[in-house]
Amino acid sequence: MTDLVERDAAAVTPSPAPSASPKSRLRSEAFARRLRARHAAERRFRLAGAAAVALAALMLVLLLGSIVAKGASAFLEARIRLEVTLDPAEVADRNYTALLRRALYAQFPQVTDRAGKRVLNDLLSSGAPYELEAMVAKNPALAGTTLTVWVRADDQIDQLVKGAYRRDLPESERGISDARIAAADALLASGALAQGFNTTLFTAGDSREPEQAGIGGAIAGSLLTLLVTMALSVPTGIAAAVYLEEFAPKNRWTDLIEVNINNLAAVPSIIFGLLGLAVFLGFFGMPRSAPLVGGLVMALMTLPVIIIASRVALKAVPPSIRQAALGIGASPLQTVLHHVLPLAMPGILTGTIIGMARALGETAPLLMIGMVAFIVDVPHGLTDSATVLPVQIYMWADSPERAFTERTSVAILILLGVLILLNGAAVILRKIFERRW
Amino acid sequence: MSIQSGIPSPLKLRPRADDRPGQRSGAVLPNKMTARGVKVFYGAKQALKGIDLDIRENRVLALIGPSGCGKSTFLRCLNRMNDTIEGCRVEGQIALDGEDVYGKAVDAVQLRARVGMVFQKPNPFPKSIYDNVAYGPRIHGLASGRDELDEVVQTSLKRAGLWAEVKDRLREPGTSLSGGQQQRLCIARAIAVSPEVILMDEPCSALDPIATAHIEELIDELRANYTIVIVTHNMQQAARVSQRTAFFHLGEMVECDDTEEIFTNPRDERTQGYITGRYG
Repeated sequence: MTDLVERDAAAVTPSPAPSASPKSRLRSEAFARRLRARHAAERRFRLAGAAAVALAALMLVLLLGSIVAKGASAFLEARIRLEVTLDPAEVADRNYTALLRRALYAQFPQVTDRAGKRVLNDLLSSGAPYELEAMVAKNPALAGTTLTVWVRADDQIDQLVKGAYRRDLPESERGISDARIAAADALLASGALAQGFNTTLFTAGDSREPEQAGIGGAIAGSLLTLLVTMALSVPTGIAAAVYLEEFAPKNRWTDLIEVNINNLAAVPSIIFGLLGLAVFLGFFGMPRSAPLVGGLVMALMTLPVIIIASRVALKAVPPSIRQAALGIGASPLQTVLHHVLPLAMPGILTGTIIGMARALGETAPLLMIGMVAFIVDVPHGLTDSATVLPVQIYMWADSPERAFTERTSVAILILLGVLILLNGAAVILRKIFERRW
Repeated sequence: MSIQSGIPSPLKLRPRADDRPGQRSGAVLPNKMTARGVKVFYGAKQALKGIDLDIRENRVLALIGPSGCGKSTFLRCLNRMNDTIEGCRVEGQIALDGEDVYGKAVDAVQLRARVGMVFQKPNPFPKSIYDNVAYGPRIHGLASGRDELDEVVQTSLKRAGLWAEVKDRLREPGTSLSGGQQQRLCIARAIAVSPEVILMDEPCSALDPIATAHIEELIDELRANYTIVIVTHNMQQAARVSQRTAFFHLGEMVECDDTEEIFTNPRDERTQGYITGRYG
């Protein structure tokens, strides 16, 4: 034994000074130098890490800052005050356009020519008569009375009020005529043109006219789609993960299945769209543009994500818990349902919510099943035509009207808000379900 | 799991030399469990090479031996916990009250309720102390109604010597207890289903000496009602708590005898080497 120890020591220290004991080596100058180098390396690493975090934070602030700066104004919309006399004959004819125009002309007694009147007509949103019609439909007793209404202004007027047009440019480069500016300024001066909270944005569906376009339809479409996705992929994914992790024999078949699930998670989402087109629309004849089909496709897409996350969460449950349960005679299913699954729940939920968030932000597979479409109505069922938030963003971003720019930004803000809510829910659920062992 | 056929029923087996009446252990108690020719394979690797062993009722049997000798593997055969290990194969015969536990008539779930187990590391469920103990009776439907369940929980905790310490905090998580308390909680959880045999796999190896002393006292008290098999690396512990001791070495059972006999007068050279600390 003694021989062994001595030989080992000689092998470790081939230095010419065999007298140097390990103790003195730990106090030598060379050791101190190495120690300093180690500390310096650590400082460098920390600095690099902090710099990376700072850079990421800066990018996030820039992105959010630019979106907020562009989108915040969309929460307000310009409205014009009119004293409308609801002539019963015109109401009966449902000629609300004429009623509104008459009220507007009354504010500009000096305008008599056709061109001037056309400028005035265009101050109002083409949706304004419908607003008035809706009011009268709600309360038919209004017919014959004179009432003060605030109706939506045209999107160019809205943008003018918000300062989107540069007044110092010549008329030809400005994008809005001098006459319109003069009329809007006159209304502003008399207090008949003002900004109010934009409820249209949240309640309406899409529209060609920016001032009438809202993301209500897209939000409803997204929720319906997500509902279908969740209802299908969460139970299926968790069940598959539990079976593969806890019950399935480990053999070539389960290995093959595992490889395929991992592959599916990496398949481009457009492929799932093609599959949906071929199978759900082509073979089963399901309706186009429907949240039902969108949800089915998204479910196929998120399923592998949920299975993989759930399996990882199940694997992380210590085997001692399974043994404890089996050891007092719990059946394998009881072991899983009473002990393993509750302990894996935080991880499973996190994976599920990340999968859902991904589905919420996905557009490519919807392209194939007709959900990238101009849909004016807010969907009320799983088979109504619908679009989703990211698609709405994409379509608005493509629109030439200036007012769509701010609406695009605001839609992005709302999508980000929903994503933050989802991820926040993941964190909270994690905290609730987290248990120590 | 394949069982070798042609092995005589344990009831008809000729009593082994050390089981004969009038010998050292005085009045012979009936065998609660018997193992004959038990071989265990993990894939191609053979972990046990034919073990014959009798486990007597209301006695503590200690399994000692160096690491990797197969004593834990043998223990896990007794309640078929080896079933849960991928690639594990058991041959030979193990009987509980004369009934082959690997036979078709025996359900592993029922067997594990009859043959309870306490593990090396305390592994309470991340639930309340009450729920930990009540879990077994609940799933087996052993208590009808709230009061009866309370009764079972209280009795089990008292038997495990934990009642005085936890009676005011039954709703607190079991994981909030100290290591020794957790292990006694696991023992309470095991006895709450009224098993006939309790298997203990190095129950004190993660505990300090005081907690160990607690558990050892407890084992001695439990002997009155249960048959106990304990795996231990601590030879003093084997000497203190057991009436009989089996020495395992490299997958074989070298020697099984009264504990006193093993420690004072071992027949096999390897046993002597191990208990005197020459190897292991």
